[in-house]
Amino acid sequence: MLRFILRRLGFMVLTVILASIIIFWATTVLPGDVATMVLGRFATPQAKAKLRTELGLDKPIAVQYSTWLGKYARGDWGKSVSTDTAVRPVVFQRLRNSFMLAIVAFALYVPLGILLGLVAALKRNTWLDNSISVGSLAFIGLPEFVSGVILITIFAVELKWLPSQSAIDPQSTFVQAFPYLILPAITVALTSLAYVVRMTRSSTVDVLQMDYVRTANLKGLTPRRVLFTHVLRNSLLPTITVVAIGIGWLIGGLIVTESVYDYPGIGRLLLFAIQRRDLQLIQATALLIVIIYVVANLVADILYAVLNPRIRYQ
Amino acid sequence: MVEPNLNDELLDAAIMDEGVAAELLAPGNGNPRPSSWRLYWRRLKKRPAALVGTIIFCVFLFLAVFGPWVAPYDYQTQNVKVRLDAPSVAHPFGADQFGRDIFSRIIVGTRNIFLIGGFGTLVAVVIGTAIGLASGYVGGTSDEVVMRLLDVLLSFPSLLLALVLLSTVGPSNFNLVLVVAILYIPMVARVVRSMVLDLKNKEFVEAARVRGEKRSYILFREILPNSLPPLLVEASMRFSYSIFLVASLGYLGLGVQPPSPDWGLQINDARNFLPIAPWLLLFPACTIAVLVVSTNLMSDGLRQVMLPGGGRN
Amino acid sequence: MEARRPVFEIEGLHIDYATELGVLHAVRDVSLAVREHESFGLVGESGSGKSTLAMGAIRYLASNGRVTEGSVRLNGVDLLSLSGKELRELWGSRIGVVYQSPLSALNPSIVIGKQLAEVAQQHLGMDRAAAVGRVTEMLTKVAMPDPEAVMKRYPHQLSGGMLQRCVIAMALMTDPSLLIMDEPTTALDVTTQAVVLDLVADLKRESDSAILYITHDLGVITKICDRVGVMYAGEFMEQADLYELFKRPRHPYTLDLLGCVPRFDPTPQKRSLVTIPGAIPRVDELPHGCIFGPRCGFVEEACKAARPPLAEVAADHLSACRRWADVPPPAQYLREATEAVRTDVEGTRPDVLVAADRTRVHFKSTRRLIRGRAARPIRAVDGVDLEVRVGQTLGVVGESGSGKTTVARAIIGLTPATGGEITLHGKPLPPSTGKRPRATLREIQMVFQNPDASLNPTRSVGDAIMRPLTLLGGLSRQEARKQSKDLLRAVSLPVSYFERLPHELSGGEKQRVAIARAFAAEPELILCDEPISSLDVSVQGSLMNLLMKLQVEKQTSYVFISHDLSAVQHLSDAIAVVYLGHVMEIGDATRVLTPPFHPYTEALLSAVPLADPDIVQKPIRLGGSVPSAMDVPSGCRFHPRCPRFLGDICVEQEPPWREGEGDHRIYCHIPLDELTRLQAETLVLAGAEAGA
Repeated sequence: MLRFILRRLGFMVLTVILASIIIFWATTVLPGDVATMVLGRFATPQAKAKLRTELGLDKPIAVQYSTWLGKYARGDWGKSVSTDTAVRPVVFQRLRNSFMLAIVAFALYVPLGILLGLVAALKRNTWLDNSISVGSLAFIGLPEFVSGVILITIFAVELKWLPSQSAIDPQSTFVQAFPYLILPAITVALTSLAYVVRMTRSSTVDVLQMDYVRTANLKGLTPRRVLFTHVLRNSLLPTITVVAIGIGWLIGGLIVTESVYDYPGIGRLLLFAIQRRDLQLIQATALLIVIIYVVANLVADILYAVLNPRIRYQ
Repeated sequence: MVEPNLNDELLDAAIMDEGVAAELLAPGNGNPRPSSWRLYWRRLKKRPAALVGTIIFCVFLFLAVFGPWVAPYDYQTQNVKVRLDAPSVAHPFGADQFGRDIFSRIIVGTRNIFLIGGFGTLVAVVIGTAIGLASGYVGGTSDEVVMRLLDVLLSFPSLLLALVLLSTVGPSNFNLVLVVAILYIPMVARVVRSMVLDLKNKEFVEAARVRGEKRSYILFREILPNSLPPLLVEASMRFSYSIFLVASLGYLGLGVQPPSPDWGLQINDARNFLPIAPWLLLFPACTIAVLVVSTNLMSDGLRQVMLPGGGRN
Repeated sequence: MEARRPVFEIEGLHIDYATELGVLHAVRDVSLAVREHESFGLVGESGSGKSTLAMGAIRYLASNGRVTEGSVRLNGVDLLSLSGKELRELWGSRIGVVYQSPLSALNPSIVIGKQLAEVAQQHLGMDRAAAVGRVTEMLTKVAMPDPEAVMKRYPHQLSGGMLQRCVIAMALMTDPSLLIMDEPTTALDVTTQAVVLDLVADLKRESDSAILYITHDLGVITKICDRVGVMYAGEFMEQADLYELFKRPRHPYTLDLLGCVPRFDPTPQKRSLVTIPGAIPRVDELPHGCIFGPRCGFVEEACKAARPPLAEVAADHLSACRRWADVPPPAQYLREATEAVRTDVEGTRPDVLVAADRTRVHFKSTRRLIRGRAARPIRAVDGVDLEVRVGQTLGVVGESGSGKTTVARAIIGLTPATGGEITLHGKPLPPSTGKRPRATLREIQMVFQNPDASLNPTRSVGDAIMRPLTLLGGLSRQEARKQSKDLLRAVSLPVSYFERLPHELSGGEKQRVAIARAFAAEPELILCDEPISSLDVSVQGSLMNLLMKLQVEKQTSYVFISHDLSAVQHLSDAIAVVYLGHVMEIGDATRVLTPPFHPYTEALLSAVPLADPDIVQKPIRLGGSVPSAMDVPSGCRFHPRCPRFLGDICVEQEPPWREGEGDHRIYCHIPLDELTRLQAETLVLAGAEAGA
């Protein structure tokens, strides 16, 4: 088991390093001349040269990369060109805000998704299942900006129950921010909800068709007992992986949703950085998001292995 | 009297529909069974949601091809007199802040979505299939390395990778196609590879090896034709996600650039007029919703029809 | 015999399924009664509806299944009128079920003890501690070694035989009135099957339960059942007591089924088997009149007019045949319906075609990465010597994990040998297919185990057969087309199948195409890797006939690999018995099947269930299971399970090859005359009929 974890950890580090190369390559090498990109085509050659020296662009790529990664690992994430402040505190503050939003969304869609998925699986091929399945299919591909604006139109503009924008002070506490979190959280949750519903349904339907469920039934156990001790134990196991992979969706959803609601999270920050062509900020934010995603998957893998005796006692 | 059977949801479903039919109707006395395509069609007809999705999708496809000729107005023509007009007979979806006909802009905008999503998916399918076939069939260390690299690409949330790439190369239709392709290559490659791994040790492939067939023959004549159903399902799913992606990128300002009409961008522009002219926003939003939902219904229907019991999304 | 009280009675039962192809009448008007202490065998080929009948009778049906007519009573209680709740009280308490695959029948994420205790808690009103006590007691009763340890294990940590004992213990936990056993030994190896069958026979004697035993295997029936019902396409053809049914069947279908199974016959003469033409009809396309009519050798015009009812033709003997009185005794029928295929004179010894000399196939272990200990190879094939002679069949027999398939794959080059040498006509063969010239590839072909996978689903039958003709035979498409049609005829398939796709063929038909494809290259050797084991007995019989016929016509050599000793002895001129990657005994079929035996061969012969209630086999049972090919035991690799274990010498030293008459060799420390002496007094096939 320990070896399994160590191996996964090794792969994780490898993945992060390769991802950092991609990010570095995309932001530094791909654009051609960074100085032109940042300063615009009409900047003076002197200004460009100055910026290049500042950013270390006159050195070989490999040196640039290792310097950048070394600094990143040590916590020196550089200075943002657009805000003229250190990158790291801003990123972490925005990350905290995104976490607040993600947690509310998480608390919404994970339990609800599992519940709906289970109901659909148990009532499979009935109208209830069909409506849950078709409904989730509809939401799974609905971009957040579409569902977001529709939600805003209904709950903020028409009903006036909730604020239409969530441009809160980035320093707000969770309690202060909460009213502003509800609509964005629902928006983010919708896509992921659909995803969890579908995966829970399909894994539960699979388990229901297993021979051991037949055994449990023919043991004469009550339906409730069959469900709770025999079905759920096995059908919810894959849901762990599903939820972890769903974090990728969640992050994508956050980027769009934060922009729809103007919420000061990490996704909004990334967009801001992209609009301002703020390389340091883009690199720092993107890599951090990748690390979070990879760690979430690692945790899910380990959890899955720990909970699954077939892997535990290999 | 005989009691109807228990309507107990926990009773197993192992022998349902196709399962029991296959078992009880094992081909026997030379009764040819329907060909796969006819069987697919018969199954599709039984799934109204999938059928409706397919039909709506075809309507959009038609608009993508013939949009400019179907649209009642030119998408660029600004008519100051109708600025922010509510939907009317002349302008069924209303007019925008420049007095352009929203209905026409939506119709013409279809093409970009289909072009970018379609070509992006196509490129991803072609390259992904090539990688998956080669990597899966050769196996060993090279397969391990290739798959590890693709895993890295997959460890980026797709929107993030798209944003990072587009932010530096700049949004153009060509770059958008490229980005869609890059995002989906690993996913297609994985599907194809897993099919290859499944098929390459099948007895009919071994029989080909025993005959001394060339590698290319085995890959393209023995393995590839049998990977087509899952590949087709994967492609249709990729396409529906690419609509999602392209629209989202458009909304974030990194998609199709003005003056070309783009649904996402239309929505972004319309946000400022939400209190006074909600139709500016609602019609494009609903169009996206309808297209996305119908494409999803279609690709899910395809999955259920072509890979019953098997495929997962 | 006094009339025993019927425990489980089914009367006029009909079961329907609603499918995408309409309503299917899967089981029609079926009646049976199982009495106390009695074991009722439900025999039938796949698609006969035997499992549907059993599960439907206890009302365990998928949501699209429905009992439409009839009655089912357990101890007089009508099961069809019970509510769901009442039914669940019967399931698991009065009705116990044992399933085909024990591994999938147990929940993978719950320890065995808890899964078994659940039954005691649910039905016996026991608390956790009392239930655990009961489980221990039951596991002891099914002869489980170390029950306490087993209870803490997860299913994947136990072998198939152990798991099946757990499932049996679970089913018997509440002393049920009815025990349904659905092919409980089909997934097990023959030696494990023998142990489980012994256990079931013991339990039957001790408990009061009535047993409904479902199987396709006529041999297994003779070990367990008192009364037998033969099902065909959803109806009973015949019901009678075991001995009566086997010795004096009154339905042509039963007669044919008995004739499909090869008899044990240690003579070099080869006879064909009885075949049943056609295939089981689809339940939505049943023929008029007698449903077996179109395939029956006794059919008359009158049989097609109306469906004959299942009627009592003798005391306790029911048959659904109008002409039951004309059905001959099996021995007479066998003589008439089969023919001698080959009458080789003993002593002729053709040349060696292919020889394997100390062939090894070792795989690198992948577990090295995880465990970090020194890499130990998987010794799948570990020094195999054998030879195949021109025009003859070498049968290779062994349990799963014996490496028998890997031997064949090494010969043909699909899994390259890592040591030793394989020669064709005395010339060494390159290890892998990629390195063999086309002329060599042509000489060796293979027929695979799984008919569903051996043909490319997207290519037509004609394509499949033509490809080797054009590629290896160098024929033009025109010639290839003509010749492939001849080949279709040779394997008794209609030429119209040329355009068909594999999914339009039945398993047996696919295997015929695969055989035609193998012969298309005109090879000298065909490797048959369990080509018939996934098929029904009647299809197995006709395929064995086909293989024999083609061998005589084309003088092709076969390597016939199977776990089924009956099939191997039926087809083979020489037999190699393999265990854990090593040949234990090899030689002419006659010599391998008569003493002296290797102790492993002896155990295999003792474990084979023979479809003849007259035969009494001396029970020689192997304990434990086949060790992993990564941990091959020292000395003689069979020593941990050997019933004739001598002592340290077996543990410490590799046994010598003991040369017998002709090619006969035995890999054992016990001298041949000593083996002969030990085994003479315990003749394995006591009472077997000598010759046909």
